[in-house]
Amino acid sequence: MSLHECSIQEIADEVQNGTLLGVPADYSGVPMAFVRELIRQGKSELDLFCLPQSTLQADMLIGAGCVRSVETAAVTLGEYGQAPCFTRFVQEGRLNVKDSTCPALHAALQATERAVPFSPLRGLIGSDLVKHRPDWQVISNPFSDQEDPVILIPAVSPDVTVIHAQKADKNGNVWIGRRKEVATLIHASKRNFVTVEEIVDTDFYEDEVLAAGVLPGFYIEAIAVAKDGAWPLALSDRYPIDEAHLKDYATRAKTEEGFATYLAENLAA
Amino acid sequence: MAFKLEELLICCLSRKLHKKRHIAIGAASPIPAGAAFMAREEANKGMHITLLASQKHNHFTDGSRELFDAAAQGRIDAFFLGGVQIDGQANINLIGTGEYPNTQRRFPGSFGSALMYYVVPSVFLFRLQHNRRSMVEAVDFISAPGFSPPEVYRPGGPVALITDKCLFAVDSEKQRFRLESLHPNVSLEEVIDLTGFAFDYEENPPTTETPTSSQLDLLRGTIAQEIAESYPLFAKQTFGI
Repeated sequence: MSLHECSIQEIADEVQNGTLLGVPADYSGVPMAFVRELIRQGKSELDLFCLPQSTLQADMLIGAGCVRSVETAAVTLGEYGQAPCFTRFVQEGRLNVKDSTCPALHAALQATERAVPFSPLRGLIGSDLVKHRPDWQVISNPFSDQEDPVILIPAVSPDVTVIHAQKADKNGNVWIGRRKEVATLIHASKRNFVTVEEIVDTDFYEDEVLAAGVLPGFYIEAIAVAKDGAWPLALSDRYPIDEAHLKDYATRAKTEEGFATYLAENLAA
Repeated sequence: MAFKLEELLICCLSRKLHKKRHIAIGAASPIPAGAAFMAREEANKGMHITLLASQKHNHFTDGSRELFDAAAQGRIDAFFLGGVQIDGQANINLIGTGEYPNTQRRFPGSFGSALMYYVVPSVFLFRLQHNRRSMVEAVDFISAPGFSPPEVYRPGGPVALITDKCLFAVDSEKQRFRLESLHPNVSLEEVIDLTGFAFDYEENPPTTETPTSSQLDLLRGTIAQEIAESYPLFAKQTFGI
């Protein structure tokens, strides 16, 4: 076991154009400092896979022209309103959205976690989502005597996933607490990087309470320290969402010009 | 005692939740959250409330997939879904208007609706802007259907639709809505006029029960605080906290 420390720039260097990037939900540690670095480096043609939805991460990457497609259950700023860039790009026909539903996104990654080609799932039959997803298949339950259609969601493996977490230990293990959906993302991704608020000089496995919320280091290629790395989004127990910033973003990003000035100010910072 | 529309809706919805054991509340649902807390205070102190946007009230520890797995197993009794459009067969559209994928007005997306609507026994639909753009004859995109053919696994589905004008019950046999009550100062003609789908009704529908002063005290006190943890903007606008 060992800790491999790197910089945010080095993580962004590993994201090639055309990468399928795993995107965590807003309550699970969103690596916003890394997102700004991706935009600084001018990435393009990224495909986003959200588990199961995204707020500012997807919206900023879309607005900055980094994104080719997004597979998600929703993109929204929640209480701060619609995701302005996402909404504008879809309405202008500039973004390929693979509309999904939360449990199907989980199912796709869970199949990869088990190294099986697909996961069956209830629901969905009769939803228009299915009409637009030729990659999903409805079969008849082979174990039933009666007609019982079941949908199959093929396995998905993101090329790279990056998350932000509170802390890593001296051996490169990362503490995610109860935010286990990021564990699903990381288990299913080919390569993983984590940004953290701090690296502590202990081993999380020596503490039974901490150990329950640990993501083992063997899934993770490298870790970068990024203080306030989720800002302006919240990080559980560390800092709340920056309300004023989100309100300002929600207003300014409604236009191309407003978004451009927002980016210019916030990438320089 | 004067009350706001949001307070009326919370109390109205709350009465439907008294007997539920486990209620889950998803994204962007402050009114359902308030209704669940109200029901727990008034009728069933042992009720489990899962508020996904909350740290304190979200008891899942295995990621958000645990919610969907628990729901599919039947461990969640009530859930709430909105809709950009809702039609007379209780189909819901959370994607947007116009011909998909060239959506004219795009909304966030379908969230967990395409499983939850099928598996949770009591799904309550809510939509605060009751008009002919939201209450339509047929939705432009079915995020999740109101009803399914008999061969499709479907232990759950819609039981009611609440709007800023009225409360509809769902008639599962006829697969259509029945007007249950009109909110104060709303007429039957107005609801017919604002609704793009046909529905059943009596000549003189009852008025939605208004909140009592003790309910309003409860709501503006402890329940407002609980709502504020997950929905600070809503709590500020509605309760001034």
